[in-house]
Amino acid sequence: MHSFGYRANSLLTFAVTILAFMCAIVSFSFSNQTPSAQIQILNINWFQKQPHGNDEVSLTLNITADLQSLFTWNTKQVFAFVAAEYKTSKNSLNQVSLWDAIIPEKEHAKFWIQISNKYRFIDQGYNLRRKDFNLTLHWHVMPKTGKMFADKIVMSGYSLPDAYR
Amino acid sequence: MDWQGQKVVEQLMQILLVISGVVAVVVGYATESFRAMMLIYAGGVVLATLVTVPNWPFYNHHPLKWLDQSEAEKHPKPQVVAKKRFSKK
Repeated sequence: MHSFGYRANSLLTFAVTILAFMCAIVSFSFSNQTPSAQIQILNINWFQKQPHGNDEVSLTLNITADLQSLFTWNTKQVFAFVAAEYKTSKNSLNQVSLWDAIIPEKEHAKFWIQISNKYRFIDQGYNLRRKDFNLTLHWHVMPKTGKMFADKIVMSGYSLPDAYR
Repeated sequence: MDWQGQKVVEQLMQILLVISGVVAVVVGYATESFRAMMLIYAGGVVLATLVTVPNWPFYNHHPLKWLDQSEAEKHPKPQVVAKKRFSKK
């Protein structure tokens, strides 16, 4: 501690070390998580086989969700997306993302939205006729400091019609 | 800064930083505000810097007692003996 530079360096490194400990402590804040969601398919807008041979369908979705319980003081944002999941003979699991959103604050985490799918629902092939599928709401809770956690709610029972429209 | 001052400065620095870290986490948790925690800690770091880094006078209240000039003259310094230089062959 014999010189200005020595003391300044010592203080700075110790301060940053303590900051690291503080962030480690903060990253252990967990909340009691009780999220809920419902998705309705209001309408199948169209359902066609594309020129390159793959099926494509356009849906109007009604998404209701309450993700407020996922937020803590250490949450920066929650990334939520809806994926259609189904099985084909070629792939045991197909996941097609239909919609996503970034939720920056707790107040915006309880929402109701009616839109057609933000991203195109295109199959790898032409397997979608009479296909049963699940709509899964996934979320990633992104912290300000610490580990990111992800989870989902699976909603099953949706299916596509027999013929193209 | 004299030895006593250096010891005090080291202890003060550690205590000030640890306490501002603890207070920052507690207040941030209580107010559910990450921003509050960071601001309080930053304030604590600035305070610690102002208290411990500059060479304040109160760190120099126990200066070293160097030997008196009169005493030093009684004990002459050891002389450096001139060495022979060996030439390389």
